[in-house]
Amino acid sequence: MAFDWQPVWLTIKLASTTTLVLLIVGTPIAWWLARTHTWYKQALSAVVALPLVLPPTVLGFYLLIMLAPDGPVGRLTETLGIGSLAFTFEGLVFASVLYSLPFVVQPLQNAFEALGPRPAEVAATLRASPWDRFATVVIPLARSGFLTAAVLSFAHTVGEFGVVLMIGGSIPGETRVLSVAIYEQVETLEYGQAHLLAAGMLAFSFLVLMTLYLVNGRITRSHQP
Amino acid sequence: MKTAIRIILAAIIGLSVPGTRVEAEEVKIAVASNFINANRELARLFEKATGHATRISYGSTGKLYSQIAHGAPFEIFLAADSQRPVMAEEEGLAVPGSRFIYAKGKLVLWSLKPDLFTDADRYLKHGSFDHLALANPKTAPYGLAAEQVMQRMGVLDSLTPKLVRGESIAQAFQFAATGSAELGFVASAQIKEWEGGAGTLWEIPPDYYAPIDQVAVLLKKGEANPAAIAYLEFLRSDTARKVIERYGYGVE
Repeated sequence: MAFDWQPVWLTIKLASTTTLVLLIVGTPIAWWLARTHTWYKQALSAVVALPLVLPPTVLGFYLLIMLAPDGPVGRLTETLGIGSLAFTFEGLVFASVLYSLPFVVQPLQNAFEALGPRPAEVAATLRASPWDRFATVVIPLARSGFLTAAVLSFAHTVGEFGVVLMIGGSIPGETRVLSVAIYEQVETLEYGQAHLLAAGMLAFSFLVLMTLYLVNGRITRSHQP
Repeated sequence: MKTAIRIILAAIIGLSVPGTRVEAEEVKIAVASNFINANRELARLFEKATGHATRISYGSTGKLYSQIAHGAPFEIFLAADSQRPVMAEEEGLAVPGSRFIYAKGKLVLWSLKPDLFTDADRYLKHGSFDHLALANPKTAPYGLAAEQVMQRMGVLDSLTPKLVRGESIAQAFQFAATGSAELGFVASAQIKEWEGGAGTLWEIPPDYYAPIDQVAVLLKKGEANPAAIAYLEFLRSDTARKVIERYGYGVE
C-alpha cells in the first residue's frame, strides 16, 4: 500500500491556518491583557486559559452542539450563508483556534509585560503613530514571544486529537488529520502505516521544540549585556 | 507466613487467589458500543442473581480487540462482529470453543427530524442533505453493514462526499442525535433507548446487508474466573435473551 500523504498535508494546512488566525486574534487580546488593570482582567485571563485545563471532550461536546445546524453558532453561520461548520475544515479551524488560544496569548502577554510601556512611550515622543510604534518597536522587541506563540500554536494544533475526533467525522482530505489517521490505523491493526506516521510525529515534535529552545536561547543571550 | 504474604500481595494487586475463595468474584468485560444499553441491564440482572460484580469497558470492536491483543485485562469480549472473536481465538487470546452468537444486530436509517422522508430509497438517491453519519466501516461492523446497504441501493459513490464516520456506532448515533448530521445509519438498539422524540426511521430489510452476528467469547484471562463463566452462561439464558430482544436485537 502506498503511503498516504493526505493526512499530513491536511494537518499542516490546519496548523498553519490556525496559527495565522491566532496571531491575528491573539495579539490584541494579549496586548490588552498586558496593559489593562480593570477588575475583569483576571476573569478574561481565566477564560483564555480554560483550554489548558479542560478535557478536550468538554470542548468537543459543546462544539458539537454549538456547530450543529440548529445550534447557536450553526444558526449564525447558516444565516450568513456559510452553512453548518460541523464536519468541515473550517469547523476544525474554529475549534483549534479556541483550543490553542492560551498557547498564543500567554507567551505574547508575557513578552509585552516584560517589555513594559517605556519603548512605546519613547517612540511616541518621537512622533511615531500608534500603529508605527507597534509595528516597528513592539513587534521586533517582542519577537521571541511571537516566535514562541507561533511555534506552540502550530505544534499544539498538530497534536490535537480529542476535539477533532468528536467533531470531525473523519472525512479524508477534510477532517481526517494525522492524529485521527493514526488512531484508525492502530484500531484496524495497520501497524506499518501507524508506525510511519507516529515516528514522523515524534521526530517532528522533537525538532520543533528543540528549534524553539535553541532560537529562544540565542535571542535571550543576544539581549544580555 | 509466606502464604499470608502472597495472599496480601495478591489482594493488593487485585488478583484472586485460586482455590482459596468461593465468594463473589469480579468479571471484567469488554463490550462493543452498540450493546451498551442492553448490557447495562444485563449486568444489573446478573449481579443481582449471582452476587458477582462486573466491571465493563465500552468501545468499538476494533479498538477493544487491539487492546485485548496488547494485554488488556478483559475476561470476556462481547464483539459486534464474528470476525474479531475468531481472530482472538486464532491468536491464542481466547478459549477455543467458547464462542457463540449472543445477539444479531439490526441496522436502521434514522433522523432526529420527524417526517424527513417517507421513501428512504428516493431520499438517499436525491441526496438533499449535507451529512450522513455512519460508524467507521473499517472498525465497526455496523459501519460495514451501512456501506453494504448503500452499495446495494447504488448510492455509495454519490453519497461518499457526505459521509461522516464516527469511530464507533455510539459516535455515529451522537452525530445524528445532536442534529450535526441530518441522518445516520445506527443500531436499532440505540433508537429503542432514545427519549428525544421519534424522528424518522427506516428499518432496513435484513437482506440488504450481511448479518451482523455479534459474537461473545471467553478470553484466556477469564478462563479460571467463575464469574466470567457464569456471565456467559447468563447471556444464553432465557431471561437474558428476552432482554436482548427487547433492546432491538435478534437472538438465535
